[in-house]
Amino acid sequence: MAEKLTQKENFLKGIIKDNPVFVMLLGMCPTLGVTSSAFNGLGMGVATLFVLLMSNIVVSLIKSQIPSKVRIPAFIIIIASFVTIVEMVLEAYIPFLFEQLGIFIPLIVVNCLILGRAEAFASKNDVVSSIVDALGMGIGFTIALTALGAVREILGSGSLFDFRFVSEDANTLILFILPPGAFIALAYLSVLFNKVSKTK
Amino acid sequence: MEYILILIAAVFVNNIVLSQFLGICPFLGVSNKVSTSIGMSGAVLFVMTIATTVTYLLHEYILVPAGLNYLRTITFILVIAALVQMVEIILKKVSPPLYQALGVFLPLITTNCAVLGVAILALGLENSSLIKAVFFAISNSIGFALALIVFASIREQLELANIPEGMKGVPINLLVAGLLSLAFLGFTALV
Repeated sequence: MAEKLTQKENFLKGIIKDNPVFVMLLGMCPTLGVTSSAFNGLGMGVATLFVLLMSNIVVSLIKSQIPSKVRIPAFIIIIASFVTIVEMVLEAYIPFLFEQLGIFIPLIVVNCLILGRAEAFASKNDVVSSIVDALGMGIGFTIALTALGAVREILGSGSLFDFRFVSEDANTLILFILPPGAFIALAYLSVLFNKVSKTK
Repeated sequence: MEYILILIAAVFVNNIVLSQFLGICPFLGVSNKVSTSIGMSGAVLFVMTIATTVTYLLHEYILVPAGLNYLRTITFILVIAALVQMVEIILKKVSPPLYQALGVFLPLITTNCAVLGVAILALGLENSSLIKAVFFAISNSIGFALALIVFASIREQLELANIPEGMKGVPINLLVAGLLSLAFLGFTALV
């Protein structure tokens, strides 16, 4: 199937047709867990994009060297190494984001999206297509997280990227920055996504 | 008393699935029947307890003394992946009926973020000790089981309901999970 796709289609499939969050339901834990604000969603998306990109590159480069029986543990080690790098970089340079994302940074390791792409795409394709695939999927994931974060932040705290448009003591729908709001906001966003992507 | 607090906090107040969002994939994935969700909960209880015991000891006696804290993520995930394999092999030999019941769920557990999540969270407990960490893992898997089984029972009823076209499938499940999470929010004042 991969041969038939042009690089442009390969890139776009991650954003719309096979969007990791809305269509494939991969990586739901960080999607729901960190999106209490648009900035957190964006940060998580970019961190995941980096790990996905690097792991796809490495896996596609050394795919012929890995015996197929131990490929899953091998992929996990590759992913875990990049996650450790992200963990250290964030802690050193963006401690604020590091604290906000908390336990979900080490948990990028078990994000099924990354292992899924390594297994389903990078281990069967060349480096260039794997990079394009990782960029498409990663950006699709980032867009979904940022959108969900934006909706929750606007409804829940009346601001967007920390820019307030209601006064400090105005009543906002606090429910949306609490855990139930994550499920409810994502439910309606995916209804909207299905509606838009099907009418195209 | 401290242990009772840990139990109540993990099961109701900070429910691992509904308020900490760990283990959402199996929560949405294998919750269409009550029987499968009981099987999955059993497998999680088993692996989570063993994994937390091993990772806690590893962290306390090898990683910290050697100053290798930054290797935490890599070692933990490897230990969990290896443990799942081992549990699978041992169960197959020792207790075939149990293997029959839990077998299909075991491979899925490696990428269940609840297991790694609890192993990492257990390190951050106040005055942590091995017993406390293990108790924490057991409490959290009970919380996982509760959320999963309640959700599965609701979904079984949902099959009979008349749902608007656009809400079918994922959205309605997320919405139900949201309402369930709202119900659990009511426990906040307990602790």
